[in-house]
Amino acid sequence: MMMQRRLTTLFALALLSFVAVASSPPSSRVVADSVYAIPMLTLRDQQGQLFDFASLRGKPRLVGMFYGSCQMACPLEIEYLKHLQRVVAAGSGKSISVLLVSFDPARDDLAMLRKVAGEHHVWPPAFRLARTERGDEGMLAGVLGIAYRQLPGGGFSHNVRVSLLDAQGRIVAATDASGRPAPAFLRSVDEALKNP
Amino acid sequence: MISRQLALIPMLMLPFAGKAADYVPIPAGQFESALAIAGHAAKLRLAAFSMRSEPVTNAEFLVFVRQHPEWQRGQVPSLLAGANYLRQWQRPLEPGESVLPDQPVTQVSWFAARAYCGSEQARLPNWYEWEYVGAADATRADARRDPVRNQDLLSAIEGTSGHLPGVIGTRPANVYGVRDLNRLLWEWTGDYAAMFPNPDARVPGSVANLALCSGSALAFADKNQYALMMRVAALSALRPADTAPRVGFRCVREPKRK
Repeated sequence: MMMQRRLTTLFALALLSFVAVASSPPSSRVVADSVYAIPMLTLRDQQGQLFDFASLRGKPRLVGMFYGSCQMACPLEIEYLKHLQRVVAAGSGKSISVLLVSFDPARDDLAMLRKVAGEHHVWPPAFRLARTERGDEGMLAGVLGIAYRQLPGGGFSHNVRVSLLDAQGRIVAATDASGRPAPAFLRSVDEALKNP
Repeated sequence: MISRQLALIPMLMLPFAGKAADYVPIPAGQFESALAIAGHAAKLRLAAFSMRSEPVTNAEFLVFVRQHPEWQRGQVPSLLAGANYLRQWQRPLEPGESVLPDQPVTQVSWFAARAYCGSEQARLPNWYEWEYVGAADATRADARRDPVRNQDLLSAIEGTSGHLPGVIGTRPANVYGVRDLNRLLWEWTGDYAAMFPNPDARVPGSVANLALCSGSALAFADKNQYALMMRVAALSALRPADTAPRVGFRCVREPKRK
């Protein structure tokens, strides 16, 4: 009896480890064209929560960058994304979460993230604003096609580009986040949510 | 005589030894960039920093990829380095006969250059920092008004485009003690991709315009700096994962706090 139970346990363990081994290679390995393949980047969001960028893998999401003292482009970027989230939810009943990472971590401390989040009423998990705690946000900018440059006055010259990542972190579409969400981009978001 | 020979030994060994990089101090200063911001010359004040006196070499980059296998050819994800990454090396860990240890390493992506600088607690210079140091020659902090110097730099660049650069250190250092900034190769800067954005970054299509050469010329306040224009045009045409035979890099650091 005892023996049998032990054998059953052993069998169950063996089966478990087999399943784990069989399923681990595709799920644990970051695909080569995934933005999650950038060197380790540890972020903190507007609620103070620490997380690794690569831990976001597993669900499609929208990822872009911003800086807190930005007067023009970044507020518009945030409002565009809020609007897009509402349109997607109204159409498909599903939610697409957003991550915007600051490219000015020297000035965008937690208080600044909170201030910007408060002004726009955006909160995790649907809408995260984050700053770099460890690692190099420039690598993220590079893979997302975001370019920025500090100007003598202290502001930044930069472009706006928000990428739609599939669950693996591949960029499947991108937008400059201006005007109304383009139908083609909305379709891509719906597709990504349907086939995560 | 003997002591002089002895003094030369460490110098001769440098390229092979994986030496600690030599950073020289660059003092703070006023500077007028050849690039324009909103149509006007950019007048700026640069804080002090220190810069590698020489570009990063094949020997140095070999040490880096040995210590950081994720940046070896064949290991690095395609998103971070294109197909030609370190292609001039015979094998991922053997540069081979066709390159020299004290030649600047090229065919490295912006991502890899950035990671290298991070590994020695440094970063890529921003454009203004590079331009500020590059304006100097062996006797003047700002030699850009000298037409002979400008023509000389242009000829040097035109004659060698598309080939691997020569060895470092064959010409005198500039007033700061920095070598081989202007003639040997083009160097990544941290902010190279944002050099020519449309002033209104929200104009649709402005991302693509970053890479246009005509956009580069329009954004130059000093049209006499042809060599600089070519440099900027060459860099602007590259995506950060791209590599090119003449594009390498050097790093800078914040000054040591006393």
